[in-house]
Amino acid sequence: MTSGIDLSRPQQQTVGSDEDVVRVRQLVRTVAVAAKLSLVDQTKVVTAASELARNTLVYGGGGTVEVTPVDNGRRPGIRIVFADSGPGIADLELALTDGYTTGGGLGLGLSGARRLVDEFDIQTAPGQGTRITIIKWSR
Amino acid sequence: MERVPILKIGDILLVSIQVDMSDQTAVALQEDLAERIVATGCHGVIIDITALDIVDSFVGRMLSTIASISRVLDAETVVVGMRPAVAITLVELGLSLNGIRTALNVERGMELIAAGRGHDEDDWFDDGPDTEPTASP
Amino acid sequence: MALSTDESGRLADLLTSRTEAITQRWTEVVAGQLRGRLSQAELVRQVQELHRALVDALGKGAVDLAAEEAAELRAVLAELSRRQARQGFSATETATGVFALKDALLGVMEADQTAGTLRDYVAFSALVDQMSLFTFESYVRTRESLIADQAEQLLELSTPVVKLWEGVVAVPLVGTLDSARAQVVMERLLQTLVDTSSPYAIIDITGVPAVDTQVAQHILKTVVAARLMGADCIISGIRPQIAQTIVALGIEFGDIATKASLADALRHVLRHGGVETSRRQPRREL
Repeated sequence: MTSGIDLSRPQQQTVGSDEDVVRVRQLVRTVAVAAKLSLVDQTKVVTAASELARNTLVYGGGGTVEVTPVDNGRRPGIRIVFADSGPGIADLELALTDGYTTGGGLGLGLSGARRLVDEFDIQTAPGQGTRITIIKWSR
Repeated sequence: MERVPILKIGDILLVSIQVDMSDQTAVALQEDLAERIVATGCHGVIIDITALDIVDSFVGRMLSTIASISRVLDAETVVVGMRPAVAITLVELGLSLNGIRTALNVERGMELIAAGRGHDEDDWFDDGPDTEPTASP
Repeated sequence: MALSTDESGRLADLLTSRTEAITQRWTEVVAGQLRGRLSQAELVRQVQELHRALVDALGKGAVDLAAEEAAELRAVLAELSRRQARQGFSATETATGVFALKDALLGVMEADQTAGTLRDYVAFSALVDQMSLFTFESYVRTRESLIADQAEQLLELSTPVVKLWEGVVAVPLVGTLDSARAQVVMERLLQTLVDTSSPYAIIDITGVPAVDTQVAQHILKTVVAARLMGADCIISGIRPQIAQTIVALGIEFGDIATKASLADALRHVLRHGGVETSRRQPRREL
């Protein structure tokens, strides 16, 4: 898994199937370990990535995930961008509410993922697709 | 697609999840388990997640569903071996796994089931698996 | 800010041709400031090292401190301030080690003034200022990392998790709980539950002076996480004021067991869990 990957560069993974979600998790884990995140922080960011990658697949109809090691000068971290060109989200506030779901899930994907990371940014509009950026810093 | 093996030990079905499951694998496990409970007539299910380094809402929901299904089929489900980091993350995620009984490891999970499929937690520390399972109060 | 190539050349010439006078004056000024806290030999070595690195950088054509040619000079300065920060020198004392060069330059330049001397001196001063600022920043960085290290060590010290009984672990919390510490406590407690296969944990907050919403949240989260893992948490040592705060803040402890003292909590666990204890009969001989 780790061999042959240059961890200082952005890593891309397309999300088109269930197995790709697993690959996203493994990729995020590898980069998070390299960024020296604590075990709990690794677990949090991998879990968040799993939720968001599944959203990309289920709601966005597939898309791409880009994982990049970052550094803000004081501590290293990991940035993950989830992009799809699906239908987008009409009511963002509602979508970020605990328990709200249109896909038959628990409705914790977006809101839960936001609680697990340090920075969370979402850009979406109906018909414009969705682009979510998350960052987790090492402590 | 990978399938998670289900072992039968006495009156208990033991599932030890050793792979990073895709959602499909998780759903298949849910179906397989329901079938095995009926086929074997087992009264206890232990799901060992020691090897899982994350549990997201999908897997969490699968665990809840398995617990509910097995309850309908008259079997008690215990989830064992959750790692601290996973538990902390689940709390932060907001997933409470309501209705699922948990134990620290397989051994304690078996004690829990053997202590009777009642809901009396006072029985946790009875002498261990060799006690006669008592009828539900 | 940057020197012109001419100026940098003249400064290099000056530094090499008057090495003796400059380093001597430089050493004197620094020695005056440090008042014997650094041995004369060390001081001389330090000044010579800086002098050499500066001449070297100028010789390579460096026109300011940020230049690529000055990399080695920066390394020498950083090392100097790191060393002094660790040895407990003040920021002023550390920066003076560089500032003193101005005095030394003034000394030799005053002696043979020409038309351009003042302009040169101002330019050289600017470079020395850059060097001092750089030193100061390295100093601060070192101190910051020292403080961070100490905070971490304190955290290690202040969060012991002890085994109270077969199957029962306890964490006596002492002092203020902030978010970072609460997190460490939480992780360590949960890991101990796994390692010792203990289904009971007691969190004793007798030594915690105050509980705010955040701290209460952390404790609650720990309890919920422990439950997910198959263990039960009891909170003990809640003092009257804290009980009042908890109620005033509207924090719901829900169905979490709370006990007045650690002893009560242990008794509760033993009774509740029927942990293998025999108060009347002696323990089975080994």
